[in-house]
Amino acid sequence: MAEARDYRAIGTRPVRPDGVDKVTGRANFGADMNLPNMIHGKVLRSPHAHARIKSIDGSRALEMPGVYAVISGADFPSGAEGEISGEGGGTVSDLAMNIMARDKALYHGHAVAAVAAKTAFLAETALELIDVEYEVLPPVLDVDVAMEPGATLVDENQHTRGNESAGPSNIAAITKFERGDPEAGFAEADVVVEGDYRVPTAHQGYIEPHACTATLDEQGRATVWCCTQGHFDVRSMTAGVLGKSVGEIKVIPSEIGGGFGGKTVIYLEPLAVKLSELTGRPVKMVMSREEVFRATGPTSASHCKIKVGAKRDGTITAATAWMAYEAGAYPGAPVGPGCMSVFAPYDLENFRIEGFDVLVNKPKAAAYRAPGAPQSMHAMESAMDELARRIGMDPIDLRLKNCADEGTQAPYGPVYPPIGIRKCLEAAKVHPNYTTPKAEGTGRGIAAGFWFNIGMQSSAEVRLSEDGTVTVMEGSPDIGGSRASMCLMAAETLGVPYDVVRAHIGDTESTGFCNVTGGSRTTFATGLAVVQACEDIIAECKKRAAATWDIDADQVDWTEGEAIPKPGVNIDVQPLSLADIAGSMGRTGGPILGRASLNAQGAGAGFSVNFADVNVDQETGKVDILSFTAIQDAGTAIHPSYVEGQMQGGAVQGLGWALNEEYIYDDNGVMENAGFLDYRVPVASDMPMIDTQIIEVPNPSHPYGVRGVGETPIVAPLAVTSNAVSDALGFRISDLPLSPPRVLAAIDAHEED
Amino acid sequence: MARVVFPDHLLQHTGGTREIEVQASNYRAVVRAVDREWPGIEEVLIKSAVAIDGQIYQDAWLEPVREDSEIFFMQRIEGG
Repeated sequence: MAEARDYRAIGTRPVRPDGVDKVTGRANFGADMNLPNMIHGKVLRSPHAHARIKSIDGSRALEMPGVYAVISGADFPSGAEGEISGEGGGTVSDLAMNIMARDKALYHGHAVAAVAAKTAFLAETALELIDVEYEVLPPVLDVDVAMEPGATLVDENQHTRGNESAGPSNIAAITKFERGDPEAGFAEADVVVEGDYRVPTAHQGYIEPHACTATLDEQGRATVWCCTQGHFDVRSMTAGVLGKSVGEIKVIPSEIGGGFGGKTVIYLEPLAVKLSELTGRPVKMVMSREEVFRATGPTSASHCKIKVGAKRDGTITAATAWMAYEAGAYPGAPVGPGCMSVFAPYDLENFRIEGFDVLVNKPKAAAYRAPGAPQSMHAMESAMDELARRIGMDPIDLRLKNCADEGTQAPYGPVYPPIGIRKCLEAAKVHPNYTTPKAEGTGRGIAAGFWFNIGMQSSAEVRLSEDGTVTVMEGSPDIGGSRASMCLMAAETLGVPYDVVRAHIGDTESTGFCNVTGGSRTTFATGLAVVQACEDIIAECKKRAAATWDIDADQVDWTEGEAIPKPGVNIDVQPLSLADIAGSMGRTGGPILGRASLNAQGAGAGFSVNFADVNVDQETGKVDILSFTAIQDAGTAIHPSYVEGQMQGGAVQGLGWALNEEYIYDDNGVMENAGFLDYRVPVASDMPMIDTQIIEVPNPSHPYGVRGVGETPIVAPLAVTSNAVSDALGFRISDLPLSPPRVLAAIDAHEED
Repeated sequence: MARVVFPDHLLQHTGGTREIEVQASNYRAVVRAVDREWPGIEEVLIKSAVAIDGQIYQDAWLEPVREDSEIFFMQRIEGG
């Protein structure tokens, strides 16, 4: 079991290895790949949110000089089989149809054809010459409307899983959890609060648009360069859509300018490979920001209803949650994890949770940082705030009263191993930002956050150079500073300085399989592989030292980066450092490398507590975040600056979702704000410095106690903002975002009442 | 006997049974025992995550199971 202890490298804050390249512009991102004879691909997208495609004719486009190929759904194999990973699951068939529509366009922006031309400008121009005949159908754009009996069907062949005999429905799946007797629990309650909460569609908002370049060799083997959170998954998904084997596709990841879950899926890669196959040239495809908004994965809009009953002393006697999430055009909203998260911080005897995965004519939802948890926990944590007000209890005390601990049966089933929610709450209670009274006229809100974190498959190889420098080769794209974390764990394990270790992200043919950089898994799972690969190196170094000293390997210890004889081994030798052993490895048996491949388990849940002070301008409805404090259990912070960075970045994304971010559609299902001018993410001048406090409850399943930290930070800020604004106004606005128009309208309506 | 708990989404495969007890020394044996009870459920179980005594496994296989273990099937989680 990992316990808090003193480390040499872990917990320090060295400069990240990829930092200089990124700030000087040397680093290559998705759109930076250029090849000889390369041409450019562009996508024609549906102008309708719901339409039957009657015909597609690319002949006029093909007659245009400089146009090399036009493709549509008919150019791809039908009946793709298999399932893809992700929150809601999903099939390769749905993925293929999302990438290129077949008989129906299911959202405004759905790809219906693509062109390859000499320049990007020519390709754009040629799109206008593709003739598509549509039969326009009415769109269904709201989760509540989509669930009504008789609602327009997004897919006439979609049935509710497990209830196929009931006829087609926009409800793709229903999730239920129940424990105890909620009705009896409510009957015991002194106070019952109920609320209805809506969270809008929001985008991951990564700065770098999707981009890729593909080329085929004479044997039909494709090479794809792209920005992605997981190039092995790009390989398998691209192969699935194209009907190729994974051995026919090599994927080389570029640096990545943000993903937050949205780059765990693919949109362009099969199109680029197909266009390259048809033209015999490398094809580059780069999305515009507008395409990113209209056609790539936002997260689900949601409608949640919460009911919580409690005794006067704060003990919760029962809780129920009903939640409906928009999946977009294909099944797979993150409503399952939304259901499993909603009550996660609490020890409840009686509850019922129901969740609905609902199709609407919007882009297929993709993972977004703790997928599903921000929506449901916004509802529950808002209800907890209402409950605290009703019974006159400090909101932290109310949460402490009902707090889950090690041994508590989680609402989603298993018994919790060591978790950090109580320590986070206790830290919040005594934090100077909380003990300092709020300024007059301002509001303060607090909320808890949670994410499961995952392990999954990772590989790593560690190579020793002849001067004792160390190369770590792994397959997890570095989004949040993971190269630095890998180097720190390697340095700690080997007992060498951080500066002698370099980490590299290998392509699909130069390193072992790794699942995506997602689920807050990389530092935990790939880090575990790196640690094990280093232990492999140590074992070999001990053998080499033993051979040098003419003793057995089990008579050698590895301490502080050196091989030394174990206590009691009576020989007169000098310790051999890693560099000493590396310098003679040619004579002692050849190159030294360590490797590990694993399917990591026991990632350890991540809990947080956030609070903020806000000011609400009564004349404009504008909400200013005056201060924000994020407290989170990181298990062990390998590189504290990057843990803090994750906490700050997640907080800002959550605050953006709470304050301004939303997809605004017209009645025809056309997104009206598909650009950063009108879809307003927070900028630095909107935000205070996000204060952070790392709590360390080591995860017993990792040698250094690591827990994932990347996703939990986005969860609490939504309810924190709602609760703080409610405190400032004296009444609650249940729906997000708390944008100036909504807040001002609520103030006006409240004054009229 | 280890206690095996099925969440709601698996009840359609167990005819509504929420819990059974099985004699097994590892996870694979648990799945086989459950499949003997409800033939065909193995196909569904291998796509589920499982918590064995609170420890969540996305892809369990030969993980040991104690006499008094709790095996809780659950939906797979991946994340963003």
